[in-house]
Amino acid sequence: MITRFLTAAVLTPDGSYSFAEPANVAEAHGVNPWVALAYLIAGVCFILALRGLSSPATSRAGNRYGMVGMLIAVITTLITHFNASIIEIAIAIAIGGTIGFVIARRIAMTAMPQLVAAFHSLVGMAAVLVAGAAYANPGAFDILVPHLNANGLETMVINPVSRIEMALGAAIGAITFSGSVIAFLKLNGNMGGAPIMLPMRHVINLGTLIAILVLTAMFAIADPAPEWIFPVVLLLAFIIGFLLIIPIGGADMPVVVSMLNSYSGWAAAAMGFTLHNTAMIITGALVGASGAILSSIMCKAMNRSFISVIAGGFGAEDTGGGDGAVKVDRPWKRGSAEDAAFMMSQAEQVIIIPGYGMAVAQAQHVLREMSDLLKEKGVTVKYAIHPVAGRMPGHMNVLLAEANVPYDEVFELEDINGEFAQTDVAFVIGANDVVNPAAKTDKSSPIFGMPVFDVGKAKQVFFLKRSMGGVGYAGVDNDVFYMDQTMMLLSDAKKMVEEINKSLAD
Amino acid sequence: MDFISILSIFVMACFVGYYVVWSVTPALHTPLMAVTNAISSVIIVGALIAAASTGAQTAKWLGLVAVVLASVNIFGGFAVTERMLAMYKKKEPRAPKKSEGDEA
Repeated sequence: MITRFLTAAVLTPDGSYSFAEPANVAEAHGVNPWVALAYLIAGVCFILALRGLSSPATSRAGNRYGMVGMLIAVITTLITHFNASIIEIAIAIAIGGTIGFVIARRIAMTAMPQLVAAFHSLVGMAAVLVAGAAYANPGAFDILVPHLNANGLETMVINPVSRIEMALGAAIGAITFSGSVIAFLKLNGNMGGAPIMLPMRHVINLGTLIAILVLTAMFAIADPAPEWIFPVVLLLAFIIGFLLIIPIGGADMPVVVSMLNSYSGWAAAAMGFTLHNTAMIITGALVGASGAILSSIMCKAMNRSFISVIAGGFGAEDTGGGDGAVKVDRPWKRGSAEDAAFMMSQAEQVIIIPGYGMAVAQAQHVLREMSDLLKEKGVTVKYAIHPVAGRMPGHMNVLLAEANVPYDEVFELEDINGEFAQTDVAFVIGANDVVNPAAKTDKSSPIFGMPVFDVGKAKQVFFLKRSMGGVGYAGVDNDVFYMDQTMMLLSDAKKMVEEINKSLAD
Repeated sequence: MDFISILSIFVMACFVGYYVVWSVTPALHTPLMAVTNAISSVIIVGALIAAASTGAQTAKWLGLVAVVLASVNIFGGFAVTERMLAMYKKKEPRAPKKSEGDEA
């Protein structure tokens, strides 16, 4: 092994692949150990990029590692495949890079979930195109092997293992693409958040998946593989991606986005297998694992099983909302901005529980001003974030960070939940289900079992909400509204906080 | 490289990914998704090989389109991650500084 590597190094000091000669095909992969090493370093850089995210202090250095890794991978590929096409390639990179850069600069932080979904669709499509290119020109990808055909003539065919990898990579890429497009349309509001339920959809989906697998196996085994198999696998994969996501409701979108993140990784890994490229395989595995872990965290935070999310249908009440309406006979107290300002300025500790409603009202900046005013009065202010606050994992943290809330004032559910008993004021703004005690007490509730904030333990609760009518994503009533220590602040979140700030400043 | 060596790399990388991702603080899960998005565009390697290939014109054009798509993702993904990470700041003794004040 070692001697083979050394000889190879001596034989090709210029670092060029010799894929032009079919006789060398089996040997061609990793012929130059320097090239293999460069891709390995790129892979390690990607690991360090994720590792950096373990704390905000190291995160930016991590992101730089990611950029360096990508640069190494791209430059290595360009050097080993240098020819006249470099000009077209440079133009292609310039076009894509400019588009990407401009989008990244302009996008609003509230729109991050849509953006990520859109980006996933591009990775998926790129995987499909690369697989298509490998199918159209297998020689360029070093995946041809000699093969005796029925007439006893030696011909070059695509290596059967590569055929499986290609077909799977293309299929996963296609699913990622069409699934992400639907997720984007739902998140962006171009398509209603309500699930679309087709009759017999489980049978259709399962049948399509089995068909994809059977056709992939045929693609590998058949001699020669019929021309139609590869395009049909692709077509079925595009359809299944679409079918899988349309029945999933708006409330489950964080899981879906994470899941598609995972798929885009597996697609890259499958293509890495085809190309025998370590950077792609390592990255694919990292991204695949990352997306899978995030989906499982999201599922746990909603107490939903992954299977039930995939099966779809949750969030059907999203647009209707009428049935779970508040029972009018229960008394509740209405508070004013002055009440809230007075109580909070007298408090020792205030915990703010923001939800997506806060982001919709664009109230994060005035909220930060409110906590600044309180801090000036000697009040300790903390933010409590539920894992499903916002529309994707960690979304609320980004929105608060954008409003200049220091990250060491922001706490996760399990870190802060024990503190409510020693807290004077819990300030709920634009959140609902995540503070609903029904999740602990009411077995029939759709959110039963979901971990929630124990705001009821705080001495005083202010619940900022647009009206008593709308009752959150899950469409369930919330006992917190009717507790003795709760005061409802019914108004637009931004307007109400501005009024509170005015009376705090006086 | 034979299939088993590649598979070994893949399996090991899955484990590395599992442990590294669990160590990511939940506050940074959105940047995590943005950056994984950017790095999964390493698929550009395949796109570049196709774009630089000679022979089949279809493969070349598919490759070039894939290069454009992957570039959108690479530049967009890293830039948006950078933008988000620059917002995360530690508590400061009330001195409004510019956005670069967090790297210590």
